[in-house]
Amino acid sequence: VQADGTDGNCVTFVLHDEDHTLGNSLRYMVMKNPDVEFCGYCITHPSESKINFRIQTRGTLPAVEPFRKGLNDLMGVCQHVLDTFERSMKEYRAQR
Amino acid sequence: AAMAAKRGTDEMRERVVLGEFGVRNVHTTDFPGNYPGYEDAWDQRRFEEAFRVDIIREEEGTLEFDMVGIDAAIANAFRRILLAEVPTMAVEKVFVYNNTSIVQDEILAHRLGLIPIRADPRLFEYRNQGDEEGTEIDTLQFQLKIKCSRNPQAAKESSDPNELYFNHKVYSKHMTWVPLGNQTDLFPDADFRPVHDDILIALLRPGQEIDVLMHCVKGIGKDHAKFSPVATASYRLLPDITLLQPIEDEAAEMLQKCFSPGVIEIQNIKGKKVARVANARLDTFSREVFRHEGLKNLVRLARVRNHYIFSVESTGILPPDVLVSEAIKILMGKCQRFLNELDSVPME
Repeated sequence: VQADGTDGNCVTFVLHDEDHTLGNSLRYMVMKNPDVEFCGYCITHPSESKINFRIQTRGTLPAVEPFRKGLNDLMGVCQHVLDTFERSMKEYRAQR
Repeated sequence: AAMAAKRGTDEMRERVVLGEFGVRNVHTTDFPGNYPGYEDAWDQRRFEEAFRVDIIREEEGTLEFDMVGIDAAIANAFRRILLAEVPTMAVEKVFVYNNTSIVQDEILAHRLGLIPIRADPRLFEYRNQGDEEGTEIDTLQFQLKIKCSRNPQAAKESSDPNELYFNHKVYSKHMTWVPLGNQTDLFPDADFRPVHDDILIALLRPGQEIDVLMHCVKGIGKDHAKFSPVATASYRLLPDITLLQPIEDEAAEMLQKCFSPGVIEIQNIKGKKVARVANARLDTFSREVFRHEGLKNLVRLARVRNHYIFSVESTGILPPDVLVSEAIKILMGKCQRFLNELDSVPME
């Protein structure tokens, strides 16, 4: 992870060894945050596996905060999906 | 008019509409600030209330389930991880001691690599970068030693190779596990072998033999497709067919033929045949309706944006539900990795 930007509000993170898998899902979670004015990611070159992930916040919130919140929210989503899926599998197997 | 406008925005938010020449409303637009009056900010509780997983069918090796209430970005992330990032064990290094068959060494090695090996990858570690030898915690060793010979009891004029020769077909069942180090103690009742016994590897004739030693390592599909644990993993959105006007008689019959069987059913109401959408889920959306001028404007073809019908077919290494659980855990692992980095590296 590497970050640079003019002030704390708009930061471009460079995430190594990542691609659309994490990029798009993380972008969706960060966009759902009402404090975020702009969020996007791009793959600089398809041969290199790294993405530029840019967050711009409205107001004076440091951009690292929505990034952290997005990651936490995504983990929460995954955890809930996992629990629901395993519960459904158990129910399906029980009633078969 | 207000109700119609609300219906319009609801449609834009919830449905992907298939027009005659293109698809509309493809992108997710329900981000905070886009729609006045809608609460779009992320709310874990609201998500949990709306989210559900329905298992439709589970057969040996195939799983079909629905995920409702999730967005395309995350569903796609699961699909990509299932294809490329769930690790498995596969043959990586082939030490050829003797290969006098007509299959070249490298072709034979390639074929051996593609054979799915029934070994739970969670019991093994990844091999370290420069490690050539391989230790017992990251390598499985298999041996394939087979020699073809002539059958002295065969009839004089027979031309059937099954009668004439012994061992002329090399199957995956001829691969035997050679335990390394303390693997016999670590895995006392494990039986590591290829998933399918009847994969034909090579053909031999008398005098030809194959004697190779194979090392299996743990890898992911991103590195080489032989490590992918799924035959395929795909999803589609739930189809949503609405009839904008009642369709009767001949038009109803024609409408029924336009869709996959079982989608439209014709009911007999007061002597007239009326069409009704019975089960939109079965449809494959060939858009045949748009070829008929009379029916084109009476039907709206759409897909429900957040209802994903997943179909996961495993190659047999791990059961499909385990694969889905592993994929979700891998996505969590990725997030955790970045959270840890955020906490450890001080941001300037």
